[in-house]
Amino acid sequence: MSSTSHYPAATVSERVETHTLSVIVDNEPGVLARVIGLFSGRGYNIDSLTVSETEHEKHLSRITIVTRGTPMVIEQIKNQLERLVPIHRVVDMTLAGRSILRELAMVKVRGKGEHRVEALRLADAFRARVIDASIESFIFEITGASDKVDSFIGLMLPLGLVEVSRTGAVAIGRGAEAM
Amino acid sequence: MTKQMTGAEMVIEALADQGVRHIFGYPGGAVLPIYDAIFQQETVKHVLVRHEQGAVHAAEGYARSTGKVGCVLVTSGPGATNAVTGLADAFCDSIPIVVITGQVPTHLIGNDAFQECDTVGITRPCTKYNYLVKTIEDLPRALHEAFHIAASGRPGPVVIDIPKDIQFASGTYTKPQAIQHKGYHPRLKGDPDAIKHAVDLMTRAKRPLFYTGGGIINSGPRASKLLRELVKLTGFPITSTLMGLGAYPASGPQWLGMLGMHGTWEANWAMHDCDLMICIGARFDDRITGRIDAFSPGSTKIHVDIDPSSINKNVKVDVPIIGDCAHVIEDMIALWRAAKTQPEKKAMAAWWSQIDTWRARKSLAYKSSKSVIKPQYAIQRLYELTKDRDTYITTEVGQHQMWAAQFYHFEEPNRWMTSGGLGTMGYGLPSAVGVQMAHPKSLVVDIAGEASVLMTMQEMSTAVQYRLPIKIFILNNQYMGMVRQWQELLHGGRYAESYTHSLPDFVRLAEAYHAVGIRCEKPDDLDDAIKEMIAVDKPVLFDCRVDQTENCFPMIPSGRAHNEMLLGDSGESVEDAITEDGKIMV
Repeated sequence: MSSTSHYPAATVSERVETHTLSVIVDNEPGVLARVIGLFSGRGYNIDSLTVSETEHEKHLSRITIVTRGTPMVIEQIKNQLERLVPIHRVVDMTLAGRSILRELAMVKVRGKGEHRVEALRLADAFRARVIDASIESFIFEITGASDKVDSFIGLMLPLGLVEVSRTGAVAIGRGAEAM
Repeated sequence: MTKQMTGAEMVIEALADQGVRHIFGYPGGAVLPIYDAIFQQETVKHVLVRHEQGAVHAAEGYARSTGKVGCVLVTSGPGATNAVTGLADAFCDSIPIVVITGQVPTHLIGNDAFQECDTVGITRPCTKYNYLVKTIEDLPRALHEAFHIAASGRPGPVVIDIPKDIQFASGTYTKPQAIQHKGYHPRLKGDPDAIKHAVDLMTRAKRPLFYTGGGIINSGPRASKLLRELVKLTGFPITSTLMGLGAYPASGPQWLGMLGMHGTWEANWAMHDCDLMICIGARFDDRITGRIDAFSPGSTKIHVDIDPSSINKNVKVDVPIIGDCAHVIEDMIALWRAAKTQPEKKAMAAWWSQIDTWRARKSLAYKSSKSVIKPQYAIQRLYELTKDRDTYITTEVGQHQMWAAQFYHFEEPNRWMTSGGLGTMGYGLPSAVGVQMAHPKSLVVDIAGEASVLMTMQEMSTAVQYRLPIKIFILNNQYMGMVRQWQELLHGGRYAESYTHSLPDFVRLAEAYHAVGIRCEKPDDLDDAIKEMIAVDKPVLFDCRVDQTENCFPMIPSGRAHNEMLLGDSGESVEDAITEDGKIMV
């Protein structure tokens, strides 16, 4: 089909990349709906999205979006975001140089005996904290890069994992400069 | 400068301060305070339409023919939803309009109140920006900012949703000041290095081509003037999209005609074979590119656009320049004049001689007839009989629209109003209402199809009420012509639902509206009938009965490239022209 399509065929064969975008927006009603509507309306992917006000006096919020696409689609996503009126700036943290990504997860594990001991031991190795405990369960809080959180959750699976709540990634550039 | 007044009065005051003289609208419960304010002043004249979609198209026609912001006032709920088609149309074609919608009182929002709908939610994807004004303090800023956002950068529609209690509330009105928007700063000047690189490529090109679009028109008359200068200076050939017609005069020696799906043989071949494509204010739309992986394979591509998201969207370009067309062309002219090298004369002569052989193919030729009116002939005659007048043309959408683009020749910008991106049937008649409102002494003709025009026919009543002598020139073939053509090409001639039974008698319909109806069925009668249409100082429905089976050529069928056009006389079976894969494309 691609050879006779009216639409860009080249993107299909290009490599799909994962990018993290930091987006500074006016903290006004509907701004998140504009961003999400853009992604759903144009068929872009959202792997994760976090949003919170970061500069109260200036009414600015920061949205961190992890998205996937070919380089052409990623460029298009950034340009389409920039085009939205309440968006101040879009920075591609994946391209902008060295940046730090962090995610927080709360992981509930249920079990007794040896499983319980093993879960605690692994949590210690991952520097996850116990934030709630009962006779037959723990809730761990873990912070780190998304793949670290992924592997911790993977390890908890056979030990009685029952529930996960994750924030999605937030990102910031290394060094003295602000974005 | 501040004054105390109600929200409704602020709306009118702000419109007046923004230079609005006409607003198209339809009253309803949630905008009654604003209508009351309109009633008590004379600066802003209200034009009562018959359907809210018509109001938006009229404002679009007004905006496109004047370069000003068009203005609309509608009520909440159905008033707003009826306006959505017009908003989407203006969004696709980048037309600056401000649409004010009434909303239920703030304390009822979200309550499923009578005539409530989530206007900002519904219009978010089809506007450049929208506001729900929840306090009277925000209203003056929102009103002024809306005009700034609608008109600047890549223009577009802006909606201001005003709850009824805000219209009644009293507050302080502030006059428009220089807008200091926090995050919105469209870029006008292009990057000098990129422009220098572009001009450098231009001086060394062997087969260059200008491909221009609606961005030139939107940039203003100065952009067209500068474009003409640059085209003349360089000696390069130029083609344009549907949206850009008139920016360069059709009588100009370097004009190749429109390009794209129904573009000329010479324009599309030149696109395919050029070695340098200079795209200014166009967006590589799928109607233009045809098969994307075979699109102009050997060319270096320069792309000038004010909207960064247009760059590299469909086609990868080599030299992107983000900026306003007029600014960038001006810089290009200065650099071209200062350049030490010029394109090789021999190469340019060879390129023009190649173009002349394409031109000689006469791709717009059609079989003329003594017994039936060919639609192409009808537009040719209309052109000949109106070209020396102060004429504005609007269209509906379909075959007639493409024939109008091919056979009506535009010498100036802002004379051609057509629904390009969204392809909205029913655009032309209300658009003509808006154009005529802005240009009361000019000749305004809607080149229409009988199917399209029935979608917004009720606006004839508006035309009659305001004594707007618009001419609705209907190429009546009793079919949705373009649908019929595609069914012939793709679906074995099974004309599912594309034939209209029970059409109204357009002459009597005109009379019912207290307008004038004219019917013409024979080629020999056409000139006199058109002259009669022009002479009448009233709205006219002109029922031009044309060949029912005529197809629009040239045509790049689905899934084909620029150098694979079909011509009317090529003898190639249209059924064979489209592959199975091509059939899924529209």
